Amino acid sequence: MFQVRIHGRGGQGVVTGAELLSVAAFLEGRHAQAFPSFGSERTGAPVVAFCRIAEKEIRLREPILEPDCLIVQDPTLLRVVDVFAGLRPGGYLIVNTNRTFADLHIEAVASRLPPGHAVIVPATEIAQRHVGRPVPNAALLGAFAALTGLVHLGSVNKAIDEAFPGRIGAANIAAAAEAFACVDAQEQAAGVSGHTAAV
Amino acid sequence: MLKQVEGSKAMAEGIALCRPEVICAYPITPQTHIVEGLGELVKDGALTGCEYINVESEFAALSVAIGASAAGARAYTATSSQGLLFMAEAVYNASGLGLPIVMTLGNRAIGAPINIWNDHSDAMSMRDSGWLQLFAETNQEAVDLHIQAFKLAEDLSMPVMVCVDGFILTHAVERIDIPTQGDVDAYLPPYDPVQVLDPADPISLGAMVGPEAFTEVKFLAHYKQTQALRLIPKLSGEFRSRFGRESGGLIRSYRTQDAELIVIAMGSVCGTIKDTIDEMREEGIAIGLVTIVSYRPFPSAALRNALAGAKDIVVLEKSIAVGMGGPLATDVDEALRNLPHAPHLHSAVAGLGGRPILKSSLHRLFRQAIVQPWEGTHFLDLNERVVGREIHRTGKKRRSGPTAENVLKELAAQDLQRAKEGRA
Repeated sequence: MFQVRIHGRGGQGVVTGAELLSVAAFLEGRHAQAFPSFGSERTGAPVVAFCRIAEKEIRLREPILEPDCLIVQDPTLLRVVDVFAGLRPGGYLIVNTNRTFADLHIEAVASRLPPGHAVIVPATEIAQRHVGRPVPNAALLGAFAALTGLVHLGSVNKAIDEAFPGRIGAANIAAAAEAFACVDAQEQAAGVSGHTAAV
Repeated sequence: MLKQVEGSKAMAEGIALCRPEVICAYPITPQTHIVEGLGELVKDGALTGCEYINVESEFAALSVAIGASAAGARAYTATSSQGLLFMAEAVYNASGLGLPIVMTLGNRAIGAPINIWNDHSDAMSMRDSGWLQLFAETNQEAVDLHIQAFKLAEDLSMPVMVCVDGFILTHAVERIDIPTQGDVDAYLPPYDPVQVLDPADPISLGAMVGPEAFTEVKFLAHYKQTQALRLIPKLSGEFRSRFGRESGGLIRSYRTQDAELIVIAMGSVCGTIKDTIDEMREEGIAIGLVTIVSYRPFPSAALRNALAGAKDIVVLEKSIAVGMGGPLATDVDEALRNLPHAPHLHSAVAGLGGRPILKSSLHRLFRQAIVQPWEGTHFLDLNERVVGREIHRTGKKRRSGPTAENVLKELAAQDLQRAKEGRA
């Protein structure tokens, strides 16, 4: 089983991101379970969403405490929430930022992961360019596909299109593609392209 | 058809396949997406022959369902938590009148203190109301139980509450098989009421009943529920034949064959318990699970059979009868009454007000039941320091202040302390 935890703020599409990821995994014939951290969500408040992906039925109903992959949609959370709690030693990290791990003072966390497992993606900028709104979730799923190889970009695109048919979907698919390419380039530069995370 | 879909949305689709004729809803917190989804299906024409009525309160929602059901319509509503309490009088009326309404309860805690999260307090508050109460373990079962519930309700002419863990199931997106209309139609015939308010053939409904007949009417309600103990497994079997999967029934056993320790629970936590059991089995611990699907009627005889071989039982429940302990544990105790060599029962309360029930905590709890069994009610993952300090404070000071606020303050102080220690 592969477990993903997404940290963001209300309004950034955190819950939708987890749901779309589960649909992408479902489209590839896997079992997937997406659920939000339950609370009184409101715009700007810290929000967490979860997605489990497995080859067999998922029975577990506890929150994800030891994620295999962590997606940080909003780096301002680093000062507020212990987003890295429980991240597995061999895990993956995607941070939405136009700065560096050093700028964010999380170099130590990133360097503890295997080479090429931690990437930064300017997903909000990418979303602004394609969607015209600061909703980084679709772009981050493109980054997830490139980083982990766990789902194909085509499945992510299909999941986005099913949820948002038409113009908005197409814009988000373009954002996902750009983020995919962005991570792919980082991976190739690091000489570690072609991850295929195990479920 | 297999879909990756939110539990509430899947339930809405499943309920629509049951061709309800009147849906009443008060679509405000506490509520789930189920009635929202049904509203969309009525509005976009996917669900025909159905009147969707927005009412002004939960009390009105069930009252309108009662009227619709009495007039011969297949009626449905949904609620949660405080909403169920607000309709309490109508809950008793629906069952007292023997009207086969189906209602989803997206299980949530009851305030005060205000809490919107999941537990089974709401269902427990109405456990003696005369409604049948079925608990879903998964979202697939939640969909399937609604289809069985309409048939069960109408066969008996009694209302059925389908209890589905709020948030944990209602808001989870997962793979769910939505049946076809043809299969549901073949399983669930049109509603044929045993009593109907019809101007062409007038009857009166809701007679005043004095001491001369009240006991008899109540006995017959109880008798109907005992009939349901036979009907529920039959309907579950028919469901399996048509839809090809196990859903419903009175109870379900998991790895209990040679189990010395059997856990008993209801609802979605059974999934986490099964994963825990698999891990403990690998360590050679003889442990199993009995899932209770039908809480009302309570399956005493089936439980007695399923538990007879066990040495110890842990009843894990998301509810607390304040001043007594776990209500499910008490019911299980009744099932074991007078059983020779009855297993020892250990009661645990967990997951109140949405506290996650963790596999690691379950490992500890189940091990404790073997090596250091407890008497009375155990509160899983209770913060004993907070509780101890509050008890101490109230003992020392007359005007000690409101409990909930004091506990929150104490927790914040503990967090601060931990943060300081972390920095040091």
